[in-house]
Amino acid sequence: MSSTSLTRTLLGIGACVALSVPAMAEELPESIRIGYAVSDTGLYAGGAGTTITPNYKLWVEEVNQAGGIRVGDRQLPIEVVAYDDRSSSEEAVRAVERLINQDEVDFVLPPWGTALNLAVAPVLNRAGYPHLAVTAVSDRQQDLMDRWPRLFFFLSTSSHYAEGIVTMLEELRESGEIEGRVAMVNVADQFGIELANAAEALLEEAGFEIVYNQSYPPGTQDMQGIINSARQRDPEAFLAFSYPPETIAITDQAQTLGFNPPLFYTAVGTAFPLYQDRFGDNVEGVLGIGGVDVGSEVMVDYIERHTELTGQAPDLWASAPTYASLEVLQQAIERAGSIDHEQVVAEMEHGTFDTVLGEITLDGRAYWEGWQVGQWQDGVFRAIGPSDRDGATEIVLPKPAWQ
Amino acid sequence: MAFLDALLNGLTLGGMYALVAMGLTLQYGVARIMNLSYGEFLIAAAFSAYWLFQVQAINPLLALLLVVPVAFAANWLIYQIMLHPLVKRSRNRGELEVNSILATFGLLFVIQGLVLLLFGSNYFSYTYISNVFIISGSPIAADRLLAVGVAVVLGTALYLLLVRTRPGTALRAVSVDPRAAQLAGIDVRAASAMAFALGGGLVAASGVLVSMFTTFNASMGVVFTMKALIVVIMGGAGHLMGALAAGLILGLVESFVAVYVAPGLTLAATFALFLIVLLVRPTGMMGRAGA
Repeated sequence: MSSTSLTRTLLGIGACVALSVPAMAEELPESIRIGYAVSDTGLYAGGAGTTITPNYKLWVEEVNQAGGIRVGDRQLPIEVVAYDDRSSSEEAVRAVERLINQDEVDFVLPPWGTALNLAVAPVLNRAGYPHLAVTAVSDRQQDLMDRWPRLFFFLSTSSHYAEGIVTMLEELRESGEIEGRVAMVNVADQFGIELANAAEALLEEAGFEIVYNQSYPPGTQDMQGIINSARQRDPEAFLAFSYPPETIAITDQAQTLGFNPPLFYTAVGTAFPLYQDRFGDNVEGVLGIGGVDVGSEVMVDYIERHTELTGQAPDLWASAPTYASLEVLQQAIERAGSIDHEQVVAEMEHGTFDTVLGEITLDGRAYWEGWQVGQWQDGVFRAIGPSDRDGATEIVLPKPAWQ
Repeated sequence: MAFLDALLNGLTLGGMYALVAMGLTLQYGVARIMNLSYGEFLIAAAFSAYWLFQVQAINPLLALLLVVPVAFAANWLIYQIMLHPLVKRSRNRGELEVNSILATFGLLFVIQGLVLLLFGSNYFSYTYISNVFIISGSPIAADRLLAVGVAVVLGTALYLLLVRTRPGTALRAVSVDPRAAQLAGIDVRAASAMAFALGGGLVAASGVLVSMFTTFNASMGVVFTMKALIVVIMGGAGHLMGALAAGLILGLVESFVAVYVAPGLTLAATFALFLIVLLVRPTGMMGRAGA
């Protein structure tokens, strides 16, 4: 036998084994194997450790305590395989390939952040796995869903969030609370740039005066130059399209330097429990991405369960959508009565699901109803925008002075 | 007003850079260990300060008295147990550099893993001093000013130690030429261990001070290692005053670029300056030419 034909034979055997795996898994599953690779270390560890990992743990624990996921007439417990992607795209791709090929998990849960979700999307797509890209935010959402037919989004596009805060500014200008001087800064990565570009275009279109508009490199901790420059231009609204460490740094240094515009907005991280722990009563009046409807009983109950079981409060922007995505997955499996990917995806696309976000549908494979703007009021990060939706709280301006 | 803002901010930022880099200049310049886990020691100290402050209610300045000696001892042990065999085995400086990079790269993950295990991957920060001084209309944060003050005091004290005392002279001799130092009757192993441990104590001190005004998590060590490395190489390895000067210059450049050019270009400015210094003086601002 020549070496090429030997190779071909081996490949053939490999292909047969690979093809027969799903069929075997369908016959006799003792448990549902769920795998995930999230950033336990590296740049994204803070975000993943706040928003993703606690929810995965909470969900697995709760489902297993209730006996498992019902598939047909059986209750199957969840078995977890977890890896650290070290905040690296290469590592994330390798880990997901390993989960699929070596660990042969039934479902793969997504990593944290836009970059890593986009990195693993082609791998999941190729293997036919559903991909619930909860913490991915991109303006190219529609393109991406067209390209990868099993990809789902739970947070809106970057422009959508920019629209949220700009619409709010327009309402405030109409009611005469502000005249229209806006200072804005953004983190120079895809998320920050998309938001800032969208916001800039919308603000200019609406005739606002942008008195300061700068970007800073990711990971910047010294914000004094930015804060001082913004302060000297005396804006009525300060918008920072920032990531968690800089959100803290910006707030901290604005406080130190006595920069207190009537409207103070920081993006990712404002809704983190850390933010409130760090700034105490000073969070009052600060705006940010996300927010919760405190009138919703399921949400309040979720926050309590999360805090009790994981020992930390949830992020009040993306935590609930993360948990809801898991509820969607579970309900879709139960309705399909199978762990077959196509059937589960079909259920997810067309069904209505009972989640911590209320009843939701994933029409067009994306959840569009999330809150765009929140504000800390009486120690709770309440949803305030879009202001015409049920459950929105009235915005409070001007922001009280830092203490 | 904008000028004074930028100047004060640059000085505090530069002071922090200098503070963070001084330990590495001792470890790299004198003990000749390229310590890639340097930033992890800083983060570990920051977490210790956090824990002591939040759980034990010991203020960060008192924590210095606890954390620094512990770090000194730990680093001394690490040098004696882990790094000395590498020094013995390496035939020349280049080989030692490669060996120490590999070994401390491993150490990086050990320390990071321990911190992760104890504290998790979340961001941490706390408030200790929130006072602000106003200098002719420009605000300056007290905690940052304190960090600069400590950087200057430590830098000067160590400089005097190195220049005016016998053990200091021995350290400098080892820094210049370990083999010749041995011929002059200096215990190179003891001197190197001392330099490495001193560097470890310094990085712990900077970790405690930096934790007062930065948000940190278990994975942020590499940020500090990189900054420290730039400062050390710019200032000239082994030169405390070089590190102090390079740190201040970098801080001022970043601050002025942020105010007068664009905050987005601060990193570019840092690296441009670094490149210019390396092109003009490859051994650093205070390094000996062709040493």
